[in-house]
Amino acid sequence: MTTAPILDDSTAPEAPGFFTRVRERADNAFEYVGGITDLAMQTIQQLRRGPLERPLLIAQFEQVGVRSISIVIITSAFVGMVLALQTAYALADFGGKLFIGMVVSLSLVRELAPVLMSLMVGGRVGAGMTAELGTMKVTEQIDALRALATNPVRKLVVPRVVATTIMFPLLTVISIALGILGGMLIAVANLHLAANFYMRSVITTVKYNDLASGIGKTFFFGFGVSLIACYNGLRTTGGADGVGRATTMTVVTGAITVLITDFFLTKLFLFLF
Amino acid sequence: MTESITTDRRATERQTPERRRQPREPFVEFQDVFKKYGPKAVLRGATLKVYRGEVLVILGGSGTGKSVTLRHMLGLEAPDSGRVFVEEEDITDLPEEDLYRVRKKFGMLFQSGALFDSMTVFENVAFPLREHTDMSEDEIARAVREKLELVHLPNTEHLMPVDLSGGMRKRVGLARSIVLDPQVILYDEPTTGLDPITSQKINELIVDLQTKLSVTSVVVTHDIQSAFSVGDRIAFLNQGVFEWVGTMDAARDSDHPKLREFLKASAVVAAQPSK
Repeated sequence: MTTAPILDDSTAPEAPGFFTRVRERADNAFEYVGGITDLAMQTIQQLRRGPLERPLLIAQFEQVGVRSISIVIITSAFVGMVLALQTAYALADFGGKLFIGMVVSLSLVRELAPVLMSLMVGGRVGAGMTAELGTMKVTEQIDALRALATNPVRKLVVPRVVATTIMFPLLTVISIALGILGGMLIAVANLHLAANFYMRSVITTVKYNDLASGIGKTFFFGFGVSLIACYNGLRTTGGADGVGRATTMTVVTGAITVLITDFFLTKLFLFLF
Repeated sequence: MTESITTDRRATERQTPERRRQPREPFVEFQDVFKKYGPKAVLRGATLKVYRGEVLVILGGSGTGKSVTLRHMLGLEAPDSGRVFVEEEDITDLPEEDLYRVRKKFGMLFQSGALFDSMTVFENVAFPLREHTDMSEDEIARAVREKLELVHLPNTEHLMPVDLSGGMRKRVGLARSIVLDPQVILYDEPTTGLDPITSQKINELIVDLQTKLSVTSVVVTHDIQSAFSVGDRIAFLNQGVFEWVGTMDAARDSDHPKLREFLKASAVVAAQPSK
């Protein structure tokens, strides 16, 4: 009587080598970027095809814009307040109190408000979009749309991308205003500056090109974050677990995309204005 | 035994003289279709014809590619090689936008019903009408009511999908798929996950719709009782190939080992040991 070996190594699949894994990762990354580019092209193509359905668009304006106002207000006001405190502390030896309006407003308008707003709202809105579309995907609702001869990009992606691209700059304006007011609260209450002096300092510091650069960037952030969110949702597989993974990926990829794009857009806008 | 006699009679009743005289014109045709998902080959040279006006049952075990076959008929998936024809038009390489025209010929009942969960039952059934017709709201309401009555679900318009049972979801899904009066209805596992009584109701509904709407139907299932209740012909899918295609009676007499095993497991051939 012969006994079978307990573990036959010859049948176990060989683990892929280092270079194979690197190549697979690179392939996946290229496929991901290609997929998002393709979705962007389809979205633009659908936009050019004619007017969108207003109820769908309005629902997304509410979802992306109106429902994000509270987190924008809280985030921006506290960032403005902290910025005022830190500036006063850092520049105390140089009579920094007088520059608070200048530093707070310029930092907020050019960088902090656009980026922080995009990270916060992008996380909230992007996760929601991916979870919604991902659930539709795994429950065959996207296939049902296609089977009913309806284009899912036009029906689902375009309203979300348009709403996010328009709402991000508007939310940034709110963010800037609230941040400056937060800074003023600290400047007046804590550092005993005159509100009038603070506001005049803000107005004389911030130029149109600062506003154009800060707010202009968020068009791109909104477009990018919503596309990533929709793409991750539409390619979701594997039930609830898959939806969870896709949502996490949206939050991480969206945040990284905002930060990297911010660098290149800042360089571009510095060159342009 | 009693069940198989009953279902046979039902199938014969549907074979009206007019229908039997119809020329056998294929509505959908698969020619040597291959499809892989990653390393897994699902279809490995599938060849099949679905004739106009018939109820074809695609039978096979889990994971053999039955649902993938249906998805290819609609152009939801494109084959890696081979061709798919719908009314003699090669749809294999059609772009998505052109496929919408082809898909309007089909109604598909998805396994889970695939109802849009943000919409009410009424909005779900009305969706294709609002997308593809210029009907007024009154006309849409009439059409929706009519189709919901056809699937025996009157007065459910205001309910949300979450309020419905599995069987009701499938019936609403069916109402939605027939609201544009398609020429072919594709059923993906219509009775899976349902209790025997609800399954029987769904089977009766399929037969009923076939009689009333005179459509072509393709039913994907691994439920033998359901297959024999509704089908005119069986296509047995095993390891990505249609290994056996023929009438229900021929299926009982078939000596194809896998198909025999499949039928035996459901006591369809065990009841007739002499054959």
